[in-house]
Amino acid sequence: MREKQKMTVGKQRAAGDYIKIKMILFGTLAAGVILTAVFAPYLVPYDPYEQDLGNALLPPGGAHLLGTDRYGRDMLSRVIMGSRTTVFAALLLVAVITVIGSAAGILCGYHGGKLDAFLMRVSDIFLAFPGMVFAIAVASVMSGGILNAVIALACISWPKYARIARSQVLSIRNMPYMAAAKLSGSGTFKMICRHVVPNIAGPVIVTAVLDIGTMMMEIAGLSFLGLGAAPPTAEWGSMMSNGRSMLQTSPWVILAPGTAIFLTVVIFNLVGDTVRDLLDPRQKGR
Amino acid sequence: MEKLLEVKGLKKTFYKKKIPFAAVDNVSFDLNKGECLGLVGESGCGKSTTAKIITHLTVPDSGSVLLEGAETLHVKGRQERELYRKVQMVFQTPQDSFDPRCSLGDGIMESMRNQGMQKRRAEERMYELLCMVELQREFASRYPHEVSGGQCQRAAIARALAPDPQLIICDEATSALDVTVQAQIVELLRKLQKERELSLLLISHDLALVQKLCDRVLVMYQGKIVEQGIPDEVIRHPKEEYTKMLVDSVF
Ligand SMILES: Nc1ncnc2c1ncn2[C@@H]1O[C@H](COP(=O)(O)OP(=O)(O)O)[C@@H](O)[C@H]1O
Ligand SMILES: [Mg+2]
Repeated sequence: MREKQKMTVGKQRAAGDYIKIKMILFGTLAAGVILTAVFAPYLVPYDPYEQDLGNALLPPGGAHLLGTDRYGRDMLSRVIMGSRTTVFAALLLVAVITVIGSAAGILCGYHGGKLDAFLMRVSDIFLAFPGMVFAIAVASVMSGGILNAVIALACISWPKYARIARSQVLSIRNMPYMAAAKLSGSGTFKMICRHVVPNIAGPVIVTAVLDIGTMMMEIAGLSFLGLGAAPPTAEWGSMMSNGRSMLQTSPWVILAPGTAIFLTVVIFNLVGDTVRDLLDPRQKGR
Repeated sequence: MEKLLEVKGLKKTFYKKKIPFAAVDNVSFDLNKGECLGLVGESGCGKSTTAKIITHLTVPDSGSVLLEGAETLHVKGRQERELYRKVQMVFQTPQDSFDPRCSLGDGIMESMRNQGMQKRRAEERMYELLCMVELQREFASRYPHEVSGGQCQRAAIARALAPDPQLIICDEATSALDVTVQAQIVELLRKLQKERELSLLLISHDLALVQKLCDRVLVMYQGKIVEQGIPDEVIRHPKEEYTKMLVDSVF
């Protein structure tokens, strides 16, 4: 009996260590991607915007590791530079929707009443639309540009966070420790900052980290459709869009940014999964 | 004897599937300074709701609650915080009454910090309070899940004592604890009450506990106060049918 207990404890500890190792590994990879984005201008071997029509559509290898596109621009430089646009835009987007969505959700959950009913109906309307279609509509009304793409995607993505934050607040609102804090003379502001936010942060953060990959895809998707980053800005989605007519003759033009999106999204999703395991071990394996 | 708390005609109706039922029905009672008043009754008879109305955690439909002669039911903001310096509460489930993300020490200091006391001074007093409820200093940095129920309830009593209140409402403060720990908490409450001339409103479904601690007892049944008096007398000569049942089930 005692032996068995020891073994399960040992196993749990091993599982905990395993999660920590995974977190360090994926965290390093994600940090690598972000650092690449930050220092992109210093990492590129060539100017990603310099055209050299004499060297157009060179295959990978030689001086240009990933080849060149149809204007003779170095693909490797463009992919590295493109990480800036895509990664920064996705991080900005996730930060904005997490803050705005959770703030709305906390307000609704904490105060209830008419404000709650109103904001939740608004978020229902957003949730009822097919998101991407709505984002395309918003982005095309506002004309292109990466910032407008971010705004369009923020408009459709915040209600998810409002829902999560609200349901979390509702689940803790009637806990005795909230009553005890009130009896300690804490006002609304202090209650929210000190007792509500820390207790609902876990699930919100997990959702946010898991969303980074998704948001990258959506930003790249909008750019692919010409509604995000405008040429000549290096951005993975628009680079793929530019290369799609040459898929058969020079596949590297589309494969390079495509692989970059794929790998980055996978890395951020793995980080998201691991963060979830770390913060909420009960949900593991769901 | 001087009256501390006067509760008059409290009413609270809840709706269960649109059918109204009175959880608290015309409840009136007085509580004197330094007195220990018991409120007993079976589970669901409205004891907690009464306590929550007094501490502004629930809004009643009608009635009034006077503290030292002043109406407290509808006060807000600063005056409400003033009320919480005089009336404090100890909850049934000790572990749930502390924020899982704050240490016990922070929980105890919260009211003092909110009153604008300096951090150093608040910490000093927090250690004094821990000593008063017979907990070692190291409990200040523990989290609620790292201590036992009895230790947590002691910390909750320290938190309730922090603003130096006149009245502490104990809502089934010992019900979630096992028997030996229960006895220790009861002993602690009795000691504190004697030392600090504290008034206690002791809510319980346990007549034996009330008999040990209280000067006077109210018996509540289906939202109404059906009987009141000295505990020994109520137990020996219950007037109401319901009280008889309650006494028979215990003794
Ligand atoms: N927020 C609420 N909504 C609806 N019914 C409630 C609520 N709070 C308490 N009640 C009901 O009121 C009655 C009295 O509850 P309570 O005061 O907690 O009883 P006690 O503390 O004596 O066990 C119970 O029947 C309970 O179901
Ligand atoms: Mg109760």
